[in-house]
Amino acid sequence: MRRLFALLCLLLPTQVHAFAAEDVVADLSQNRVSINTSFDGSEILVFGAVKRSRPVPVGTPSLEVIITVSGPSEPVTVRKKDRRLGIWVNTESVDIDAAPSFYAVATSGALGDVLTETEDQRHKVSVARAIRSVGAPASISDAQSFTEALMRIRANDELYVTSEGSVELVQETLFNTEIRLPANLVEGAYETRIFLTRGGEVTAIYNDVIEVSKVGLERFIYNLAHEQPLIYGLLSLFIAISAGWLASAVFRFIR
Amino acid sequence: MQIYLPIAEVSVNAFLLLGLGGIVGVLSGMFGVGGGFLMTPLLFFIGIPPAVAVATEANQIVASSFSGVLAHLKRQTVDLRMGGVLLVGGLVGAAVGVEVFTLLREMGQVDLLVKLCYVVFLGLIGGLMFIESLRAIRRSRAPGTTKVIRKQRTWIHALPFKMKFRTSGLYISVIPPLVVGVLVGILAAIMGVGGGFIMVPAMIYILGMPTKVVVGTSLFQIIFVTAFTTLLHATTNYTVDMILAVLLLIGGVIGAQIGARIGVKLKAEQLRILLAIMVLAVCGKLALDLLLTPAEIYSIGTGGHG
Repeated sequence: MRRLFALLCLLLPTQVHAFAAEDVVADLSQNRVSINTSFDGSEILVFGAVKRSRPVPVGTPSLEVIITVSGPSEPVTVRKKDRRLGIWVNTESVDIDAAPSFYAVATSGALGDVLTETEDQRHKVSVARAIRSVGAPASISDAQSFTEALMRIRANDELYVTSEGSVELVQETLFNTEIRLPANLVEGAYETRIFLTRGGEVTAIYNDVIEVSKVGLERFIYNLAHEQPLIYGLLSLFIAISAGWLASAVFRFIR
Repeated sequence: MQIYLPIAEVSVNAFLLLGLGGIVGVLSGMFGVGGGFLMTPLLFFIGIPPAVAVATEANQIVASSFSGVLAHLKRQTVDLRMGGVLLVGGLVGAAVGVEVFTLLREMGQVDLLVKLCYVVFLGLIGGLMFIESLRAIRRSRAPGTTKVIRKQRTWIHALPFKMKFRTSGLYISVIPPLVVGVLVGILAAIMGVGGGFIMVPAMIYILGMPTKVVVGTSLFQIIFVTAFTTLLHATTNYTVDMILAVLLLIGGVIGAQIGARIGVKLKAEQLRILLAIMVLAVCGKLALDLLLTPAEIYSIGTGGHG
Protein backbone atom coordinates (compact mmCIF):
# COMPACT_ATOMS: atom_id res chain seq x y z
CA MET A 1 0.00 0.00 0.00
CA ARG A 2 2.74 2.38 0.95
CA ARG A 3 4.68 1.43 -2.12
CA LEU A 4 1.65 2.16 -4.26
CA PHE A 5 1.33 5.58 -2.64
CA ALA A 6 4.98 6.33 -3.36
CA LEU A 7 4.44 5.33 -6.96
CA LEU A 8 1.44 7.60 -7.21
CA CYS A 9 3.50 10.44 -5.83
CA LEU A 10 6.03 9.89 -8.57
CA LEU A 11 3.39 9.93 -11.23
CA LEU A 12 1.88 13.19 -10.01
CA PRO A 13 2.74 16.29 -12.00
CA THR A 14 5.96 18.02 -11.11
CA GLN A 15 4.26 21.04 -9.60
CA VAL A 16 4.36 19.52 -6.16
CA HIS A 17 7.95 18.46 -5.72
CA ALA A 18 10.43 19.21 -2.97
CA PHE A 19 8.00 19.74 -0.10
CA ALA A 20 5.33 17.15 -0.79
CA ALA A 21 5.01 16.61 2.90
CA GLU A 22 2.96 19.78 3.30
CA ASP A 23 -0.71 20.08 2.55
CA VAL A 24 -3.43 22.72 3.06
CA VAL A 25 -6.54 22.31 5.14
CA ALA A 26 -8.77 25.32 4.67
CA ASP A 27 -12.29 26.60 4.77
CA LEU A 28 -14.27 29.73 3.95
CA SER A 29 -16.58 31.58 6.30
CA GLN A 30 -19.26 31.15 3.67
CA ASN A 31 -19.57 29.21 0.43
CA ARG A 32 -22.68 31.01 -0.69
CA VAL A 33 -23.17 34.72 -1.19
CA SER A 34 -26.73 35.83 -1.74
CA ILE A 35 -27.41 39.04 -3.57
CA ASN A 36 -30.64 40.34 -2.13
CA THR A 37 -32.15 43.79 -2.40
CA SER A 38 -30.01 45.20 0.39
CA PHE A 39 -26.78 43.57 -0.80
CA ASP A 40 -23.87 45.88 -0.18
CA GLY A 41 -20.84 43.68 -0.66
CA SER A 42 -19.69 40.87 1.54
CA GLU A 43 -16.60 39.80 3.41
CA ILE A 44 -15.33 36.27 3.09
CA LEU A 45 -12.98 34.99 5.73
CA VAL A 46 -10.54 32.45 4.35
CA PHE A 47 -8.72 30.48 7.01
CA GLY A 48 -6.76 27.26 7.26
CA ALA A 49 -3.76 25.38 8.47
CA VAL A 50 -0.76 23.65 6.97
CA LYS A 51 -0.70 19.91 7.56
CA ARG A 52 2.77 18.37 7.86
CA SER A 53 3.76 14.75 8.15
CA ARG A 54 7.33 15.59 9.17
CA PRO A 55 9.17 18.65 10.46
CA VAL A 56 10.55 21.15 7.99
CA PRO A 57 14.27 20.55 7.34
CA VAL A 58 16.55 23.35 8.46
CA GLY A 59 17.45 25.78 5.71
CA THR A 60 14.31 25.42 3.60
CA PRO A 61 12.93 28.74 2.37
CA SER A 62 10.10 30.20 4.46
CA LEU A 63 6.52 29.20 3.82
CA GLU A 64 4.26 31.70 2.08
CA VAL A 65 0.55 31.66 1.33
CA ILE A 66 -1.28 33.10 -1.68
CA ILE A 67 -5.07 33.19 -1.85
CA THR A 68 -7.01 34.07 -5.00
CA VAL A 69 -10.73 34.50 -5.58
CA SER A 70 -11.85 34.70 -9.17
CA GLY A 71 -15.30 35.58 -10.51
CA PRO A 72 -16.72 34.07 -13.69
CA SER A 73 -14.66 34.92 -16.77
CA GLU A 74 -16.26 36.46 -19.79
CA PRO A 75 -15.11 38.11 -22.99
CA VAL A 76 -14.90 41.89 -22.80
CA THR A 77 -14.30 44.64 -25.30
CA VAL A 78 -11.99 47.45 -24.30
CA ARG A 79 -12.58 50.63 -26.25
CA LYS A 80 -10.36 53.63 -26.57
CA LYS A 81 -11.55 57.18 -27.05
CA ASP A 82 -9.93 59.57 -29.46
CA ARG A 83 -10.63 63.14 -30.37
CA ARG A 84 -12.52 63.32 -33.65
CA LEU A 85 -13.81 66.67 -34.89
CA GLY A 86 -13.24 68.13 -31.46
CA ILE A 87 -15.22 65.60 -29.48
CA TRP A 88 -14.17 62.39 -27.78
CA VAL A 89 -15.46 59.27 -29.50
CA ASN A 90 -14.79 55.57 -29.11
CA THR A 91 -12.49 54.53 -31.91
CA GLU A 92 -10.17 51.54 -31.54
CA SER A 93 -11.29 48.47 -29.64
CA VAL A 94 -9.66 45.25 -28.52
CA ASP A 95 -11.60 42.08 -27.70
CA ILE A 96 -10.21 40.27 -24.71
CA ASP A 97 -11.07 36.58 -24.76
CA ALA A 98 -11.66 36.08 -21.09
CA ALA A 99 -11.36 38.40 -18.14
CA PRO A 100 -12.66 37.52 -14.69
CA SER A 101 -15.47 39.80 -13.57
CA PHE A 102 -13.80 39.92 -10.15
CA TYR A 103 -10.32 38.94 -9.08
CA ALA A 104 -8.65 39.22 -5.71
CA VAL A 105 -5.15 38.12 -4.78
CA ALA A 106 -4.05 38.14 -1.15
CA THR A 107 -0.53 37.13 -0.19
CA SER A 108 1.60 36.82 2.88
CA GLY A 109 4.44 38.81 1.29
CA ALA A 110 5.30 40.82 -1.80
CA LEU A 111 3.94 38.87 -4.78
CA GLY A 112 7.26 39.07 -6.60
CA ASP A 113 8.99 37.43 -3.65
CA VAL A 114 6.55 34.65 -2.87
CA LEU A 115 5.99 33.48 -6.44
CA THR A 116 8.36 33.11 -9.35
CA GLU A 117 7.46 34.33 -12.82
CA THR A 118 7.33 30.75 -14.15
CA GLU A 119 5.00 29.57 -11.41
CA ASP A 120 2.79 32.62 -11.93
CA GLN A 121 2.56 31.74 -15.61
CA ARG A 122 1.73 28.11 -14.89
CA HIS A 123 -0.94 28.75 -12.26
CA LYS A 124 -2.16 32.15 -13.50
CA VAL A 125 -2.06 33.77 -10.09
CA SER A 126 -1.50 37.49 -10.61
CA VAL A 127 -4.22 39.72 -12.05
CA ALA A 128 -2.33 40.20 -15.30
CA ARG A 129 -2.05 36.42 -15.79
CA ALA A 130 -5.70 35.82 -14.96
CA ILE A 131 -6.75 37.80 -18.04
CA ARG A 132 -6.54 35.78 -21.20
CA SER A 133 -5.96 37.80 -24.31
CA VAL A 134 -5.03 36.14 -27.55
CA GLY A 135 -3.94 38.52 -30.24
CA ALA A 136 -5.38 41.93 -30.96
CA PRO A 137 -6.23 43.08 -34.48
CA ALA A 138 -3.12 43.95 -36.48
CA SER A 139 -4.28 47.55 -36.80
CA ILE A 140 -3.67 48.11 -33.10
CA SER A 141 -0.08 48.62 -32.14
CA ASP A 142 -0.28 48.87 -28.37
CA ALA A 143 -2.65 46.04 -27.43
CA GLN A 144 -0.89 45.82 -24.08
CA SER A 145 -2.19 49.24 -23.05
CA PHE A 146 -5.77 47.99 -23.55
CA THR A 147 -5.21 45.13 -21.13
CA GLU A 148 -3.59 47.53 -18.71
CA ALA A 149 -6.57 49.85 -19.03
CA LEU A 150 -8.92 46.98 -18.24
CA MET A 151 -6.91 46.19 -15.11
CA ARG A 152 -6.78 49.84 -14.08
CA ILE A 153 -10.51 50.45 -14.54
CA ARG A 154 -11.50 47.29 -12.71
CA ALA A 155 -9.01 48.06 -9.94
CA ASN A 156 -10.64 51.47 -9.51
CA ASP A 157 -14.02 49.75 -9.24
CA GLU A 158 -12.57 47.50 -6.52
CA LEU A 159 -13.09 44.54 -8.81
CA TYR A 160 -9.42 43.66 -9.21
CA VAL A 161 -7.64 43.72 -5.90
CA THR A 162 -4.08 42.74 -5.12
CA SER A 163 -3.39 42.99 -1.42
CA GLU A 164 0.16 41.94 -0.70
CA GLY A 165 0.93 41.01 2.87
CA SER A 166 -2.71 40.76 3.88
CA VAL A 167 -2.57 37.04 4.64
CA GLU A 168 -1.76 36.57 8.29
CA LEU A 169 0.51 33.60 8.78
CA VAL A 170 1.18 32.27 12.26
CA GLN A 171 4.22 30.06 12.84
CA GLU A 172 4.14 28.84 9.26
CA THR A 173 1.06 26.83 10.19
CA LEU A 174 -2.10 28.87 10.64
CA PHE A 175 -3.21 31.44 8.14
CA ASN A 176 -6.23 33.64 7.55
CA THR A 177 -7.30 36.58 5.43
CA GLU A 178 -10.39 38.49 4.56
CA ILE A 179 -11.52 38.94 0.97
CA ARG A 180 -13.94 41.77 0.39
CA LEU A 181 -16.52 41.22 -2.33
CA PRO A 182 -17.79 44.60 -3.56
CA ALA A 183 -21.45 45.53 -4.07
CA ASN A 184 -21.25 45.47 -7.86
CA LEU A 185 -20.86 41.70 -8.13
CA VAL A 186 -22.15 39.50 -10.90
CA GLU A 187 -23.60 36.06 -10.36
CA GLY A 188 -21.64 32.88 -10.77
CA ALA A 189 -19.17 30.46 -9.24
CA TYR A 190 -16.24 32.26 -7.65
CA GLU A 191 -13.25 29.96 -7.73
CA THR A 192 -11.08 30.21 -4.63
CA ARG A 193 -7.52 28.90 -4.65
CA ILE A 194 -4.98 28.71 -1.88
CA PHE A 195 -1.33 28.21 -2.82
CA LEU A 196 1.48 27.31 -0.46
CA THR A 197 4.86 28.37 -1.77
CA ARG A 198 8.43 27.99 -0.65
CA GLY A 199 11.17 29.93 -2.38
CA GLY A 200 8.68 31.02 -5.01
CA GLU A 201 7.70 27.45 -5.93
CA VAL A 202 4.15 26.22 -5.42
CA THR A 203 4.13 23.28 -3.04
CA ALA A 204 0.42 22.73 -2.42
CA ILE A 205 -2.89 23.90 -3.82
CA TYR A 206 -6.36 23.91 -2.33
CA ASN A 207 -9.50 24.65 -4.34
CA ASP A 208 -12.92 25.79 -3.23
CA VAL A 209 -15.89 27.58 -4.74
CA ILE A 210 -18.06 30.43 -3.54
CA GLU A 211 -21.48 30.51 -5.17
CA VAL A 212 -22.73 34.03 -5.75
CA SER A 213 -26.36 34.25 -6.77
CA LYS A 214 -29.26 36.63 -6.71
CA VAL A 215 -32.04 35.54 -4.38
CA GLY A 216 -35.61 36.49 -3.60
CA LEU A 217 -36.94 39.55 -5.38
CA GLU A 218 -33.68 40.13 -7.25
CA ARG A 219 -33.74 36.59 -8.60
CA PHE A 220 -37.40 36.85 -9.54
CA ILE A 221 -37.05 40.16 -11.37
CA TYR A 222 -33.89 39.14 -13.18
CA ASN A 223 -35.37 35.84 -14.35
CA LEU A 224 -38.62 37.42 -15.40
CA ALA A 225 -36.83 40.14 -17.35
CA HIS A 226 -34.76 37.62 -19.27
CA GLU A 227 -37.15 34.71 -19.65
CA GLN A 228 -40.49 36.49 -20.03
CA PRO A 229 -39.48 39.91 -21.34
CA LEU A 230 -42.93 40.72 -22.69
CA ILE A 231 -44.69 39.95 -19.41
CA TYR A 232 -41.96 41.82 -17.56
CA GLY A 233 -42.39 44.87 -19.79
CA LEU A 234 -46.17 44.78 -19.39
CA LEU A 235 -45.82 44.42 -15.63
CA SER A 236 -43.48 47.43 -15.52
CA LEU A 237 -46.04 49.43 -17.47
CA PHE A 238 -48.84 48.26 -15.21
CA ILE A 239 -46.90 49.44 -12.16
CA ALA A 240 -46.20 52.77 -13.84
CA ILE A 241 -49.82 53.33 -14.91
CA SER A 242 -51.23 52.42 -11.53
CA ALA A 243 -48.70 54.64 -9.76
CA GLY A 244 -49.67 57.51 -12.05
CA TRP A 245 -53.35 56.92 -11.45
CA LEU A 246 -52.83 56.58 -7.71
CA ALA A 247 -50.87 59.83 -7.56
CA SER A 248 -53.57 61.75 -9.36
CA ALA A 249 -56.33 60.13 -7.26
CA VAL A 250 -54.57 60.88 -3.98
CA PHE A 251 -53.90 64.43 -5.08
CA ARG A 252 -57.56 64.98 -5.95
CA PHE A 253 -58.55 63.57 -2.57
CA ILE A 254 -56.19 65.93 -0.73
CA ARG A 255 -57.57 68.92 -2.60
CA MET B 1 -29.75 52.52 2.66
CA GLN B 2 -28.00 50.77 -0.19
CA ILE B 3 -30.17 48.86 -2.60
CA TYR B 4 -29.01 46.43 -5.27
CA LEU B 5 -30.65 46.95 -8.66
CA PRO B 6 -31.22 43.55 -10.30
CA ILE B 7 -30.94 44.67 -13.93
CA ALA B 8 -28.45 47.51 -13.66
CA GLU B 9 -26.36 45.23 -11.39
CA VAL B 10 -25.12 48.10 -9.29
CA SER B 11 -25.79 49.00 -5.70
CA VAL B 12 -27.01 52.54 -5.12
CA ASN B 13 -28.44 54.51 -2.25
CA ALA B 14 -32.23 54.20 -2.20
CA PHE B 15 -32.68 57.62 -0.62
CA LEU B 16 -30.53 59.17 -3.32
CA LEU B 17 -32.88 57.71 -5.94
CA LEU B 18 -35.99 58.81 -4.02
CA GLY B 19 -34.44 62.26 -3.68
CA LEU B 20 -33.55 62.49 -7.36
CA GLY B 21 -37.06 61.37 -8.28
CA GLY B 22 -38.43 63.96 -5.88
CA ILE B 23 -36.33 66.86 -7.15
CA VAL B 24 -37.02 66.08 -10.80
CA GLY B 25 -40.68 65.59 -9.85
CA VAL B 26 -40.81 69.05 -8.26
CA LEU B 27 -39.27 70.57 -11.37
CA SER B 28 -41.57 68.71 -13.73
CA GLY B 29 -44.58 69.73 -11.66
CA MET B 30 -43.42 73.35 -11.69
CA PHE B 31 -42.69 73.56 -15.40
CA GLY B 32 -45.12 71.02 -16.78
CA VAL B 33 -42.42 68.93 -18.45
CA GLY B 34 -41.87 65.20 -18.13
CA GLY B 35 -38.46 65.62 -16.56
CA GLY B 36 -36.94 62.76 -18.50
CA PHE B 37 -34.38 65.04 -20.08
CA LEU B 38 -33.11 65.87 -16.58
CA MET B 39 -33.48 62.47 -14.97
CA THR B 40 -31.67 60.42 -17.60
CA PRO B 41 -28.43 62.46 -17.45
CA LEU B 42 -28.66 62.46 -13.64
CA LEU B 43 -28.87 58.67 -13.72
CA PHE B 44 -25.73 58.62 -15.91
CA PHE B 45 -23.96 60.78 -13.32
CA ILE B 46 -24.71 58.42 -10.43
CA GLY B 47 -23.38 55.44 -12.37
CA ILE B 48 -26.43 53.68 -13.80
CA PRO B 49 -25.42 52.13 -17.16
CA PRO B 50 -26.77 54.40 -19.93
CA ALA B 51 -28.76 51.60 -21.57
CA VAL B 52 -30.58 50.86 -18.31
CA ALA B 53 -31.08 54.54 -17.52
CA VAL B 54 -32.70 55.21 -20.90
CA ALA B 55 -35.03 52.21 -20.82
CA THR B 56 -36.06 52.64 -17.19
CA GLU B 57 -36.67 56.34 -17.55
CA ALA B 58 -39.08 55.62 -20.40
CA ASN B 59 -41.05 53.48 -17.98
CA GLN B 60 -41.11 56.23 -15.38
CA ILE B 61 -42.37 58.78 -17.89
CA VAL B 62 -45.38 56.55 -18.55
CA ALA B 63 -46.36 57.04 -14.92
CA SER B 64 -45.89 60.79 -14.74
CA SER B 65 -47.60 61.42 -18.10
CA PHE B 66 -50.53 59.21 -17.16
CA SER B 67 -50.93 61.13 -13.93
CA GLY B 68 -50.86 64.38 -15.86
CA VAL B 69 -53.15 63.38 -18.72
CA LEU B 70 -55.97 62.43 -16.35
CA ALA B 71 -56.16 66.03 -15.22
CA HIS B 72 -56.12 67.28 -18.80
CA LEU B 73 -58.83 64.83 -19.92
CA LYS B 74 -61.07 66.20 -17.20
CA ARG B 75 -60.51 69.73 -18.48
CA GLN B 76 -61.04 68.50 -22.06
CA THR B 77 -57.75 69.94 -23.21
CA VAL B 78 -56.67 66.84 -25.12
CA ASP B 79 -57.01 66.70 -28.90
CA LEU B 80 -57.48 62.96 -29.21
CA ARG B 81 -57.51 63.04 -32.99
CA MET B 82 -54.28 64.98 -33.25
CA GLY B 83 -52.86 62.80 -30.50
CA GLY B 84 -53.77 59.72 -32.54
CA VAL B 85 -52.00 61.00 -35.65
CA LEU B 86 -48.91 61.96 -33.65
CA LEU B 87 -49.07 58.57 -32.00
CA VAL B 88 -48.96 56.67 -35.29
CA GLY B 89 -45.84 58.59 -36.21
CA GLY B 90 -44.47 58.17 -32.72
CA LEU B 91 -44.78 54.39 -32.71
CA VAL B 92 -42.97 54.12 -36.04
CA GLY B 93 -40.29 56.46 -34.72
CA ALA B 94 -39.90 54.52 -31.47
CA ALA B 95 -39.43 51.26 -33.36
CA VAL B 96 -36.75 52.87 -35.52
CA GLY B 97 -35.15 54.47 -32.46
CA VAL B 98 -34.85 51.18 -30.54
CA GLU B 99 -33.35 49.53 -33.65
CA VAL B 100 -30.78 52.32 -33.93
CA PHE B 101 -30.12 52.07 -30.21
CA THR B 102 -29.47 48.32 -30.36
CA LEU B 103 -27.25 48.70 -33.39
CA LEU B 104 -25.16 51.44 -31.82
CA ARG B 105 -24.97 49.55 -28.56
CA GLU B 106 -23.26 46.75 -30.44
CA MET B 107 -20.91 49.25 -32.04
CA GLY B 108 -20.04 50.82 -28.70
CA GLN B 109 -21.27 54.22 -29.77
CA VAL B 110 -24.50 54.41 -27.82
CA ASP B 111 -23.10 56.69 -25.11
CA LEU B 112 -21.85 59.11 -27.70
CA LEU B 113 -25.13 59.21 -29.59
CA VAL B 114 -27.23 59.66 -26.47
CA LYS B 115 -24.98 62.41 -25.17
CA LEU B 116 -24.78 64.16 -28.53
CA CYS B 117 -28.57 64.12 -28.82
CA TYR B 118 -28.80 65.65 -25.38
CA VAL B 119 -26.26 68.37 -26.05
CA VAL B 120 -27.82 69.36 -29.37
CA PHE B 121 -31.44 69.33 -28.26
CA LEU B 122 -30.98 70.71 -24.78
CA GLY B 123 -28.77 73.46 -26.17
CA LEU B 124 -31.27 74.31 -28.87
CA ILE B 125 -34.40 74.26 -26.74
CA GLY B 126 -32.71 75.85 -23.73
CA GLY B 127 -31.22 78.62 -25.83
CA LEU B 128 -34.47 79.38 -27.62
CA MET B 129 -36.45 79.34 -24.42
CA PHE B 130 -33.94 81.61 -22.70
CA ILE B 131 -34.03 84.22 -25.45
CA GLU B 132 -37.78 84.00 -25.75
CA SER B 133 -38.42 84.47 -22.03
CA LEU B 134 -35.89 87.31 -21.79
CA ARG B 135 -37.88 89.06 -24.50
CA ALA B 136 -41.13 88.36 -22.70
CA ILE B 137 -39.76 89.85 -19.50
CA ARG B 138 -38.52 92.93 -21.35
CA ARG B 139 -41.91 93.28 -23.06
CA SER B 140 -43.76 93.15 -19.76
CA ARG B 141 -41.46 95.87 -18.38
CA ALA B 142 -42.06 98.15 -21.33
CA PRO B 143 -45.82 98.61 -21.42
CA GLY B 144 -47.60 100.03 -24.42
CA THR B 145 -46.16 97.68 -26.99
CA THR B 146 -48.86 95.30 -28.06
CA LYS B 147 -48.18 91.76 -29.01
CA VAL B 148 -48.56 91.14 -32.71
CA ILE B 149 -50.31 87.91 -33.54
CA ARG B 150 -49.78 86.76 -37.06
CA LYS B 151 -51.57 83.80 -38.49
CA GLN B 152 -49.68 83.13 -41.65
CA ARG B 153 -50.28 80.53 -44.31
CA THR B 154 -47.04 78.64 -44.73
CA TRP B 155 -45.99 75.67 -46.80
CA ILE B 156 -47.61 73.52 -44.11
CA HIS B 157 -51.01 74.45 -45.46
CA ALA B 158 -50.14 73.50 -49.01
CA LEU B 159 -49.65 69.80 -48.28
CA PRO B 160 -52.22 67.15 -49.26
CA PHE B 161 -54.22 64.68 -47.05
CA LYS B 162 -55.95 67.37 -45.04
CA MET B 163 -57.81 66.44 -41.93
CA LYS B 164 -60.05 68.28 -39.46
CA PHE B 165 -58.84 68.55 -35.89
CA ARG B 166 -61.84 69.98 -34.10
CA THR B 167 -60.42 70.39 -30.61
CA SER B 168 -57.44 72.28 -31.99
CA GLY B 169 -59.56 74.14 -34.50
CA LEU B 170 -57.25 73.15 -37.33
CA TYR B 171 -57.71 71.91 -40.86
CA ILE B 172 -54.25 70.78 -41.95
CA SER B 173 -52.46 67.98 -43.72
CA VAL B 174 -51.65 64.89 -41.64
CA ILE B 175 -48.07 64.82 -42.95
CA PRO B 176 -46.52 67.40 -40.56
CA PRO B 177 -47.97 65.80 -37.41
CA LEU B 178 -46.86 62.38 -38.65
CA VAL B 179 -43.32 63.61 -39.26
CA VAL B 180 -43.20 65.36 -35.87
CA GLY B 181 -44.44 62.12 -34.30
CA VAL B 182 -41.77 60.01 -35.98
CA LEU B 183 -38.96 62.38 -34.99
CA VAL B 184 -40.10 62.59 -31.39
CA GLY B 185 -40.52 58.81 -31.30
CA ILE B 186 -36.94 58.24 -32.43
CA LEU B 187 -35.65 60.72 -29.86
CA ALA B 188 -37.77 59.18 -27.12
CA ALA B 189 -36.25 55.78 -27.76
CA ILE B 190 -32.67 57.00 -28.01
CA MET B 191 -32.69 59.61 -25.27
CA GLY B 192 -35.08 57.99 -22.80
CA VAL B 193 -37.28 61.04 -22.74
CA GLY B 194 -40.94 61.61 -23.44
CA GLY B 195 -39.99 64.25 -25.94
CA GLY B 196 -42.44 66.80 -24.55
CA PHE B 197 -39.80 69.50 -24.55
CA ILE B 198 -39.42 69.07 -28.30
CA MET B 199 -43.01 68.24 -29.13
CA VAL B 200 -44.58 71.21 -27.33
CA PRO B 201 -42.65 73.84 -29.31
CA ALA B 202 -43.19 71.83 -32.51
CA MET B 203 -46.95 71.72 -31.95
CA ILE B 204 -47.14 75.44 -31.28
CA TYR B 205 -44.77 76.75 -33.93
CA ILE B 206 -44.99 74.16 -36.73
CA LEU B 207 -48.52 72.81 -36.43
CA GLY B 208 -49.99 76.03 -35.05
CA MET B 209 -52.04 74.33 -32.34
CA PRO B 210 -53.61 76.48 -29.60
CA THR B 211 -51.44 76.49 -26.45
CA LYS B 212 -54.18 75.24 -24.15
CA VAL B 213 -54.48 71.84 -25.84
CA VAL B 214 -50.77 71.38 -26.47
CA VAL B 215 -49.64 70.04 -23.11
CA GLY B 216 -52.51 67.57 -22.70
CA THR B 217 -52.20 66.28 -26.26
CA SER B 218 -48.45 65.90 -25.96
CA LEU B 219 -48.85 64.01 -22.67
CA PHE B 220 -51.48 61.75 -24.24
CA GLN B 221 -49.17 60.84 -27.09
CA ILE B 222 -46.16 60.48 -24.80
CA ILE B 223 -47.85 57.80 -22.65
CA PHE B 224 -48.25 55.49 -25.60
CA VAL B 225 -44.90 56.18 -27.21
CA THR B 226 -42.96 55.70 -23.97
CA ALA B 227 -45.02 52.63 -23.08
CA PHE B 228 -44.15 51.17 -26.47
CA THR B 229 -40.49 52.17 -26.02
CA THR B 230 -40.42 50.50 -22.60
CA LEU B 231 -41.80 47.28 -24.08
CA LEU B 232 -39.30 47.33 -26.94
CA HIS B 233 -36.35 47.97 -24.63
CA ALA B 234 -37.60 45.26 -22.26
CA THR B 235 -37.90 42.67 -25.00
CA THR B 236 -34.84 43.49 -27.11
CA ASN B 237 -32.26 44.87 -24.68
CA TYR B 238 -33.55 43.56 -21.28
CA THR B 239 -32.62 46.90 -19.78
CA VAL B 240 -35.73 47.99 -17.86
CA ASP B 241 -34.95 47.92 -14.14
CA MET B 242 -38.18 47.58 -12.22
CA ILE B 243 -36.75 48.42 -8.81
CA LEU B 244 -35.05 51.53 -10.15
CA ALA B 245 -38.28 52.57 -11.84
CA VAL B 246 -40.36 52.11 -8.68
CA LEU B 247 -37.94 54.16 -6.56
CA LEU B 248 -37.92 56.97 -9.10
CA LEU B 249 -41.71 56.79 -9.40
CA ILE B 250 -42.35 57.21 -5.70
CA GLY B 251 -40.10 60.26 -5.47
CA GLY B 252 -41.41 61.57 -8.77
CA VAL B 253 -45.16 61.50 -8.11
CA ILE B 254 -44.78 63.10 -4.68
CA GLY B 255 -42.38 65.72 -6.01
CA ALA B 256 -44.69 66.54 -8.92
CA GLN B 257 -47.54 67.44 -6.58
CA ILE B 258 -45.29 69.73 -4.52
CA GLY B 259 -43.86 71.25 -7.69
CA ALA B 260 -47.30 71.98 -9.11
CA ARG B 261 -48.10 74.06 -6.01
CA ILE B 262 -44.85 76.01 -6.17
CA GLY B 263 -45.42 76.59 -9.89
CA VAL B 264 -48.71 78.36 -9.28
CA LYS B 265 -46.96 81.00 -7.17
CA LEU B 266 -44.33 81.90 -9.76
CA LYS B 267 -44.75 84.05 -12.87
CA ALA B 268 -44.75 82.29 -16.23
CA GLU B 269 -41.72 84.20 -17.55
CA GLN B 270 -39.73 83.58 -14.40
CA LEU B 271 -40.60 79.90 -14.60
CA ARG B 272 -39.52 79.65 -18.19
CA ILE B 273 -36.24 81.44 -17.67
CA LEU B 274 -35.44 79.17 -14.70
CA LEU B 275 -36.23 76.12 -16.79
CA ALA B 276 -34.08 77.48 -19.62
CA ILE B 277 -31.12 78.00 -17.28
CA MET B 278 -31.52 74.48 -15.91
CA VAL B 279 -31.71 72.95 -19.37
CA LEU B 280 -28.61 74.87 -20.45
CA ALA B 281 -26.74 73.79 -17.32
CA VAL B 282 -27.38 70.10 -18.02
CA CYS B 283 -26.43 70.67 -21.64
CA GLY B 284 -23.21 72.42 -20.62
CA LYS B 285 -22.17 69.62 -18.29
CA LEU B 286 -22.72 67.00 -21.00
CA ALA B 287 -20.94 69.11 -23.61
CA LEU B 288 -17.91 69.49 -21.35
CA ASP B 289 -17.77 65.70 -20.96
CA LEU B 290 -17.54 65.36 -24.72
CA LEU B 291 -15.09 68.19 -25.28
CA LEU B 292 -12.64 67.95 -22.40
CA THR B 293 -9.96 65.30 -22.35
CA PRO B 294 -11.48 62.49 -20.26
CA ALA B 295 -9.65 61.22 -17.19
CA GLU B 296 -9.87 57.69 -18.58
CA ILE B 297 -9.81 57.28 -22.34
CA TYR B 298 -10.50 53.57 -22.20
CA SER B 299 -13.83 51.98 -21.41
CA ILE B 300 -15.03 48.43 -20.97
CA GLY B 301 -17.89 46.99 -22.95
CA THR B 302 -19.39 43.55 -22.61
CA GLY B 303 -18.12 40.86 -24.90
CA GLY B 304 -18.95 40.32 -28.49
CA HIS B 305 -17.43 41.66 -31.61
CA GLY B 306 -17.59 44.95 -33.38
